[in-house]
Amino acid sequence: MAQAVPAEQKWWSGGKSPFNVEYGKLMMWYFLMSDAFTFGAFLISYGTIRFSSNSWPDPNEVFQSFPGLGSGLPLMFVSLMTFILIISSVTMVLAVQAGHAMDKKAVVRNLILTIIGGIAFLSCQAWEWTHMFHEGAWWGSNPFLNIDGTKASTNFTNFFFTITGFHGFHVFSGVIINIIMLIMTLNDVFERRGHYLMIEKAGLYWHFVDLVWVFVFTVFYLV
Amino acid sequence: MDNLHELQEVTHHHEFDREASRKEVMRVTVILSVITLIELALGFWLMYIDGEFFRLLIKGVICVLMLAKAFYIVAYFMHLKHELRNMIMTIVVPLLLFVWFLVAFLYDGNSYKNLKNTYDPYHYEQSKTKAEKPAHGAGETKDAKKEGSVE
Repeated sequence: MAQAVPAEQKWWSGGKSPFNVEYGKLMMWYFLMSDAFTFGAFLISYGTIRFSSNSWPDPNEVFQSFPGLGSGLPLMFVSLMTFILIISSVTMVLAVQAGHAMDKKAVVRNLILTIIGGIAFLSCQAWEWTHMFHEGAWWGSNPFLNIDGTKASTNFTNFFFTITGFHGFHVFSGVIINIIMLIMTLNDVFERRGHYLMIEKAGLYWHFVDLVWVFVFTVFYLV
Repeated sequence: MDNLHELQEVTHHHEFDREASRKEVMRVTVILSVITLIELALGFWLMYIDGEFFRLLIKGVICVLMLAKAFYIVAYFMHLKHELRNMIMTIVVPLLLFVWFLVAFLYDGNSYKNLKNTYDPYHYEQSKTKAEKPAHGAGETKDAKKEGSVE
């Protein structure tokens, strides 16, 4: 034991960055982890109720309308929404990368595209909610039948509006955060700071919103 | 702690190859789009499948594709794959709780269904009675009923 050991690095006693990321980014990750548990709790309670039901409405029957094209088009509108969100996630990555390269112009352009994508998604969701409301669907009211032709409980609409609503609220706050990032970029805040790391944190949040949609989309619209 | 030597200070500008990252983003975009298209095709196909087992199989495939998409978003868009391994572990390991959540709660839901069907014949009978299909947009004509009617 009395060997000469090279001076031990004390990584966790302060003054060092053991994960080699800045504090804010690490905390954003932990916040997103807790948010994942919130969404997870929602989705698992949805799954539990669905597993305890003898039958459940058919998404191909419920989601079959497209603005301007009428009904009979299953999954078409939600495909559009999904691609809007994927593309806005891509432009967000490009904004983050442009920030790494200190390319202000590219950051601004990609942030604007991301914001447009977010607003487009929210508009789609607003249309879908309105349409479903006019079909008689709302919290506590479910006009759709189960896939086997029996009467459905209101569980389906309750979960649908609660979970897509909670997700839509996340998209909305993401758009607000991105608008703030855009204003800060235009005001040269990050140029003066010398780095665009704040965009990276906003980006993490935005990708998380896209990530949640992957799950919401699958469990409500596909299976 | 084999990766300690890789540590640099955060503020240190590590070399950043923009062109390579751009290529990676485009590759992941294509992968995500293709997976989404396959998912949609499978979801669409479910309309024409009747066999209970086969339906579950397709749904299982869709869920696997969903996890693949989640992996690509987290690993590449959120850049987690390129972080230090210890940091990845502090995030990924707690999420393993979901394995237990899923197994326990879905099993419980299923068990509750079986209990109700076995011990509540009225519930079972009701859940097997066919209902009249309302016309598309039927809700619009009965606005008076919609207000506050929770059944």
